[in-house]
Amino acid sequence: MVDSGSVTRVLQRLRSQLPEAALVTDRTRLRTYECDGLLHYRVVPALVVLARSADDVRTTVAACAAEGVPFVARGSGTGLSGGALPHADGVLIVTSQLRQIHEVAPHDQRAVVDPGVINLQVSQAARPHGYYFAPDPSSQQICSVGGNVAENSGGAHCLKYGFTSNHVLSVDLVTPQGDSVTLGTRAPDAPGYDLLGAVVGSEGTLGVATSVTVRLVRSPESVQTLLAGFRTTDDAGSAVSAVIGAGIVPAAIEMMDALAIEAAEAAVACNYPDEAGAVLVVELDGPAEEVEHEFAAVERMCREAGAFEQRVAADDDERAAIWRGRKSAFAAVGRISPDYIVQDGVIPRTALPEVLREMTRLADERGLRVANVFHAGDGNLHPLVLFDESAPGQGERAEELSGAILDLCLAHGGSITGEHGVGADKAKHMPKMFSDDDLDTMQLVRCAFDPDGIANPGKIYPTPRLCGERPGKHTGPHPVQAAGLGEVF
Amino acid sequence: MPASVLRPLVRPGTDTDAVAGVVPRLVAEPASTDDVSRVMKDAAAQGHSVVVRGNGSKSTWGVPPSSLDLLVDLSRMNRVLEHEAGDLIVSAQAGTPLADLQEALAPAGQRLGVDDVVPRTTIGGLIATNVSGPRRVALGTVRDLVIGVTVVRADGVVAKAGGKVVKNVAGYDLSKLMVGSFGTLGVVTEATFRLHPVPEASTWLTVEAESPSAASDLIASVVHSQVVPAAVEVDAVPGAPTRLSVLLEGTERGVAQRSERVRDLLGTTTTYDVPLALPGHADGARTLLKLTTQISSAPEIAQAAVDLGFHVRGSVGVGVLYASTGEAARASAAVGTLRTLTGRSGGAAVVLDAPTDVRDVVDMWGPVQGLDLMRRVKHEFDPDNRLAPGRFVGGI
Ligand SMILES: Cc1cc2nc3c(=O)[nH]c(=O)nc-3n(C[C@H](O)[C@H](O)[C@H](O)COP(=O)(O)OP(=O)(O)OC[C@H]3O[C@@H](n4cnc5c(N)ncnc54)[C@H](O)[C@@H]3O)c2cc1C
Ligand SMILES: Cc1cc2nc3c(=O)[nH]c(=O)nc-3n(C[C@H](O)[C@H](O)[C@H](O)COP(=O)(O)OP(=O)(O)OC[C@H]3O[C@@H](n4cnc5c(N)ncnc54)[C@H](O)[C@@H]3O)c2cc1C
Repeated sequence: MVDSGSVTRVLQRLRSQLPEAALVTDRTRLRTYECDGLLHYRVVPALVVLARSADDVRTTVAACAAEGVPFVARGSGTGLSGGALPHADGVLIVTSQLRQIHEVAPHDQRAVVDPGVINLQVSQAARPHGYYFAPDPSSQQICSVGGNVAENSGGAHCLKYGFTSNHVLSVDLVTPQGDSVTLGTRAPDAPGYDLLGAVVGSEGTLGVATSVTVRLVRSPESVQTLLAGFRTTDDAGSAVSAVIGAGIVPAAIEMMDALAIEAAEAAVACNYPDEAGAVLVVELDGPAEEVEHEFAAVERMCREAGAFEQRVAADDDERAAIWRGRKSAFAAVGRISPDYIVQDGVIPRTALPEVLREMTRLADERGLRVANVFHAGDGNLHPLVLFDESAPGQGERAEELSGAILDLCLAHGGSITGEHGVGADKAKHMPKMFSDDDLDTMQLVRCAFDPDGIANPGKIYPTPRLCGERPGKHTGPHPVQAAGLGEVF
Repeated sequence: MPASVLRPLVRPGTDTDAVAGVVPRLVAEPASTDDVSRVMKDAAAQGHSVVVRGNGSKSTWGVPPSSLDLLVDLSRMNRVLEHEAGDLIVSAQAGTPLADLQEALAPAGQRLGVDDVVPRTTIGGLIATNVSGPRRVALGTVRDLVIGVTVVRADGVVAKAGGKVVKNVAGYDLSKLMVGSFGTLGVVTEATFRLHPVPEASTWLTVEAESPSAASDLIASVVHSQVVPAAVEVDAVPGAPTRLSVLLEGTERGVAQRSERVRDLLGTTTTYDVPLALPGHADGARTLLKLTTQISSAPEIAQAAVDLGFHVRGSVGVGVLYASTGEAARASAAVGTLRTLTGRSGGAAVVLDAPTDVRDVVDMWGPVQGLDLMRRVKHEFDPDNRLAPGRFVGGI
């Protein structure tokens, strides 16, 4: 058990190794870090360390390891699942000052960056060389590469280009025991276990990334963007199926329903087609002749599926205008509803019409509205559950609906998260998707990296396994518990 | 577990079951994940060492197992379980030959985007060995395409990770941990993959150069061009011209037009059907290396291997080369040199397969980063070290 005395001892150790400015102990300043992008969970950390180097991170983790004190890494704090939620008796390690791009090597199609570097800055640094960093979360102007690695972040263009995991060659990791290790290499297919594959998406529970080597992708020669307005989401959905069925892999294919469009209009006046019950944003990229040919086919398929209005971006400004509505959708919902929950579930794409209908039914039952904006190409839904906290009972009903939507995704063979992560928010849903044996097996990895369970505890897994015990079922109290050395909460 | 339950599945091992020369005492031929679980529980109870086999009667890759009581042969587990064409996903049992899987997908105009470089490779063997072919430039490797696995652990417990949707970040990605693990962490019994449409057109364009180094500017011009090659392959044998081949895939018209652009970059090309195979033959007498390097050094590493007497073939456009020689003495002498060179370029030189006289004198895997953590992962998954003991990196 951690006691506040252990954190005090960590602080004492760190005082001799780090400058005072790197240590935040003032209660008011500590409160700045009490939550990430998911505002309804708040915990004030016992201590915040503003790391200025990989060494600072190592020093801090080593001190935590020595005292058995939990630590949580934090990049830009834009996470939407409470992954960077602090531990009340722990240390929050902030990497946002680690912002140097160390190397851009276009001839090797890679860049080496600090974990605090902002996602978009990697592409900005690579662009003059004709390259970019493919993963593009909507938060790319503020989220950090370290956070992307931890969440295996995706974005609109991941349909064609894959997720962060497909674009990281190597990571320097400070393990929860305070050692520094390089996973992966500058070359592909490093021999041995693919520990990098396990670390990407592990939400800060296997250590802190202190340097990331990312893969750079050649900027496409040509990009074409289409905005198509449909009467219904079913029509838009059948256009998506036609495109995918024709063997075309768009760079992005995104859908918004009527309520999401209404919100976007209210916020950024994106001027989407009037009376559209759904819009699709379809983007193709690649060699000019290929894009031209496939784009014509996509326009035709949208028309055949019932698109009553189609707009093609003539230049980058018009493209940005089309994307503005889509990219602002989350924040925009604030304009039409006092409160909302952003859900992040995944379904097989073919189940889309059925799931959308069922979702409407679930919402109607509870007297709530759901706005839908999503990555239609890979079935990643972002239903926005709208509610008013001040109306008695609505908050709980919204929470409950949000959970029911996840159950709906699972019933169709989907997942409880496609890009935002499990974090503190969805740990309780993990047992619906995975059996005890599945979860237990994932914990074997945790035990190898973090036998004492001090790296971001309480995230992802509802009941962490106590390391050192034999795999398999156990009955009765755990020996550690029986001996009065630990408690199960 | 009473022996009678297992008997129908188990037979004595024979010479043809040998794994890198080691003959198993018993061979189990399970037909389902449940069977595998029962077999593994029984093996755990008896303290048996276990090696998994997909299809490979000649599965000589890796270090010979230090002990082998039971070979778990998955060739009866050869069914495609689910192909959802509209969702571009497929699930299959681990013993399914890759070629059979591709055949099942073909009518829907889809494919699993990996090449069958070793004939008769199974899904499980593909995952466990992580070999890759030319198309990795465009579609990645099995690591990028596997989205879910069912694994039977050393203690017989069945666990799933990932799922059946392309996008999924719930929990640790154990699928990736299985890729390239050579059967040392668990028995993969089922796997789910994302698929790609089979392109309308596809063409290989080949030029000859004097040597890999002489081709280096040509290689760079294609790799950094806008023609979006699906593969950039080199094929070089000592004393003969080097072949550089570019694969274009896409629409009929697009491929035709991009072919023009490749010719502008490379000069006159011929179409030559590039073999989707590793260099050399699996005659048990050859040494096969996998050389990895950062992209810009790939021509130089290929050159070094050719100069050392190897036949080199591989994805020079991403920095993964396979090198083969039938001369044991040369092979043993060259490994160190190639390790130094690839190491300098951030890569590695791994001996995948070799005759005994080479195995006796070289370290098959060479130095590996993060070995301590790997050992801990192995210890968690297989605390008694019964799965493919000694076959993997650092004696794992
Ligand atoms: C408006 C908005 C839009 C968004 N859109 C998308 C989207 O399209 N796609 C998407 O995937 N996500 C999206 N997100 C979620 C979020 O931006 C991403 O998850 C992002 O990758 C988090 O990065 P961060 O630097 O803010 O991480 P944080 O929130 O600081 O941390 C997230 C997790 O990463 C861990 N972590 C951070 N740094 C490190 C490190 N150096 N080493 C180890 N662990 C670390 C933390 O412990 C925590 O578990 C969006 C968020 C917002 C607010
Ligand atoms: C040039 C060359 C040509 C070859 N040609 C042939 C050939 O024609 N036919 C042939 O059969 N072999 C051939 N081999 C042998 C080759 O080493 C492997 O057999 C090949 O990878 C085929 O895959 P497999 O599915 O048969 O795997 P296997 O050889 O059975 O297994 C390969 C590795 O994967 C592990 N493994 C397999 N399945 C699983 C699973 N489900 N879960 C966990 N681990 C697993 C095994 O333990 C082993 O470590 C050749 C080798 C070389 C070098």
